Amino acid sequence: MRLLRIVPDDTRFKIVRFRRFSYPFSAAYSLLVIFLFVTVGLNFGIDFRGGTLIEMQAKSGKPEIASVRQAANGLGFGEAEVQEFGQGGEISMRFALQPGGEAAQQQVVVKAREAFSPNFDFRRVETVGPRVSGELVQAGTLGVVLAIVGVLIYLWFRFEMQLAIGAILGTLHDIVLTMGFFLITQLEFNLTSIAAILTIVGYSLNETVVVFDRTRELLRRYKTMPIADLLDLSVNSTLSRTAITSTTTVLALIALVLFGGTAIEGFALVMLFGVVVCTYSAMFISTPVLLYLDVRAGRGDVEEKLPAGAKAKA
Amino acid sequence: MLRFQTRKVIVVLLVLLFGCGFALPNLFSPETRKAIEAGAPSWIPRILLPIHAVVLGLDLQGGSHVLLEIDRADLVRGQVTQLRDDVRRILREERIGFQGGIGMTARGVSVRVPEAADRAKLLPKLRELSQPVGTLGAFGPSGNNTIDIAEQPDGLIQLSVTEAGANERVRRAVEQAMEVLRRRVDALGTTEPNIQRQGLDRILVQVPGLQDPQRLKDILGQTAKLQFRMVADSQGGDVDMLPSQDAGGSLVPVERRVIVEGEDLVDAQPAFDSRTSQPIVNFRFNIRGAQRFGQATTENLGRPLAIVLDNKVISSPVIQSPITGGSGQISGNFTVESVNNLAILLRAGALPAKMTIVEERTVGPGLGADSIQAGKMATLIATVLVIIYMIGTYGVFGFIASIALLVHVCLIFGLMSVLGATMTLPGIAGIVLTIGTAVDSNVLIYERMREESHQGRSLISALEAGFQRAFATIIDSNVTMLIAALALFALGSGPVRGFAVVFILGILTTVITAVTLTRMLIALWYRWARPKALPF
Repeated sequence: MRLLRIVPDDTRFKIVRFRRFSYPFSAAYSLLVIFLFVTVGLNFGIDFRGGTLIEMQAKSGKPEIASVRQAANGLGFGEAEVQEFGQGGEISMRFALQPGGEAAQQQVVVKAREAFSPNFDFRRVETVGPRVSGELVQAGTLGVVLAIVGVLIYLWFRFEMQLAIGAILGTLHDIVLTMGFFLITQLEFNLTSIAAILTIVGYSLNETVVVFDRTRELLRRYKTMPIADLLDLSVNSTLSRTAITSTTTVLALIALVLFGGTAIEGFALVMLFGVVVCTYSAMFISTPVLLYLDVRAGRGDVEEKLPAGAKAKA
Repeated sequence: MLRFQTRKVIVVLLVLLFGCGFALPNLFSPETRKAIEAGAPSWIPRILLPIHAVVLGLDLQGGSHVLLEIDRADLVRGQVTQLRDDVRRILREERIGFQGGIGMTARGVSVRVPEAADRAKLLPKLRELSQPVGTLGAFGPSGNNTIDIAEQPDGLIQLSVTEAGANERVRRAVEQAMEVLRRRVDALGTTEPNIQRQGLDRILVQVPGLQDPQRLKDILGQTAKLQFRMVADSQGGDVDMLPSQDAGGSLVPVERRVIVEGEDLVDAQPAFDSRTSQPIVNFRFNIRGAQRFGQATTENLGRPLAIVLDNKVISSPVIQSPITGGSGQISGNFTVESVNNLAILLRAGALPAKMTIVEERTVGPGLGADSIQAGKMATLIATVLVIIYMIGTYGVFGFIASIALLVHVCLIFGLMSVLGATMTLPGIAGIVLTIGTAVDSNVLIYERMREESHQGRSLISALEAGFQRAFATIIDSNVTMLIAALALFALGSGPVRGFAVVFILGILTTVITAVTLTRMLIALWYRWARPKALPF
């Protein structure tokens, strides 16, 4: 039986040269992200924006979405976002944060229950007041920063500072690109999205560390090899592992997208995008960064110093 | 590579046995688990029994999560009022002359005492009002005092409630409030409510499997401060104008003096009035309450009495005859439901301060069941896909990786069951994700083996080198993942924390299964098949 291999053995791809395409691409994409962030903005869910979310299901038959929208807007809590989703007459309604502090939010649920209880089952009700949403924003931002600082310290201890910086740059790049995914698709950004972002941080580092581990090993073994060649070799020798792991992760996530239900779908889609981005950035973003950071500096066992990227025909 | 200390093998087998054994009870129904627990002899430690299952989060079993916040400003106002009354009392007792009354600010009171001799007499008395906050440390009380006293050169004395004093008051009030809320939720008769403090001034109430979340919120959010006061003849003086419930919100003048308060109630029950068949609440006072109520009703025959709940007049019946037996009834424009709620509130007692609901998350039981179904399906499909792919890529070694993967999923469930961790919807997503990433360690090892054997090593030494060289990489990549997961755990709450737990456990178990277990299985295969080359 012939076993399947995605990547042939002993590939010799010129990885770092590819930065001529990958860097401008990522730079342009990042600019687009910043532009969208300022103009369109993230579609914050109620976790961060405050407000009320109600998901309900018609007790029988297909609900008239137009009449539900009319009824929801008629409750006197401003324009409600009413959408149909899933199968079998599920409707989600979102009401913006009501003026009048924490207590005012509760009225939305009371009124909505009165209006829709006869014909609908309430499957999910979430109300977040202004104070809580503010704290959630802080906690989310803090978590991402905390994770990056923690990892930076660990990598600094395990590797040289240059490799740590390369890995973190790659991770930041992945966060920016993932944000871009949220901006372009206008997928709701909520607490679970923060969980997705942090998972992507973990995965991104995982991918980069595998390549850099090899880089470190090769640095010790080939003391005179030009940096560019050495980086190419690092990526090429870990390429088949990268391909296989990405594939298994993508397979699992596809199962999640297709069968995990509507509540997980968003998370799974973001992760799917993230895995692809992380794989790309570990090879074409983080690794070429090392050309510009003198990775051979400060190594006691170096026989001859080469200026960084001296022989890299880039 | 092929040598394993017997001890090590036994340890690994034990871990597997226990890990997977602890995961087993998740397949039983709750009833079966209870039966096992009841039927087991008492000499077996409870931890060894197959009765611990993963706790389902509210998002999976349905239920309500309500976060309440105590009104800090309200509490501080109460403190300042108390302070003013104390200062007034001291001034009177010590017969001290002061100018221009007692001034009140948001955080304290001030009084101007012109005579230095008076001030010297007054200050020590005022200092007695201030108590140290905090626990007793090795050097006396730690922290600072509840009240700050400042003296201005022109004879003005300012007393203010300190930040620490206010915090202390909030802390005590939250403790009281938790007791009250627990009694209220228990009266609803739901199973296993969870009430815990969050931060300084918040209380989280989680009630699984609730039929009527609206009723829960009605019962949680009300302060339920009940007072019996006389309706005043006219406005002015010591009279509050309070909205009345039965007269459509019009204002009623009510005397400030309180005859009896809700804390003197010993019982309250919903009932029907025998004459009008209206829903009412019957109540009984304790001895102190009964005496006061008896005296007031005797003195005020023919006058209306105001029954005030949270500064609203629910009804103002005219006193027909002295009520000295210590029991009475409250009637008003009640529905059966509101009478039931009122009885619960009165029995449980009033909250020490106003509380607002700042967050609510309710999931219906139907949605929870659907989520579990979908989660099971996704987990199954993901596992099958990954196993097919791994066997397709690595043949026999792929099969070994698949065994490790299955054990890994079992271990996550087993650990979560033993720890009593909560499985949430994002947690399920975490499991599926970890199925995708868990094989990474195996892939790292196998790819390294390929490389080493390509470089001309003998099979056995390639196997050995594969494990040795990949190990550092596995540790590095997993520790970085772990750091991200810990950050997630530290900041997350509820569902997100559930995801973090799965993520962390997944990372820990993958090192055990992917490295140690895989190694043993490969050693077994080597002895059994006597291969000449790598099977992939």
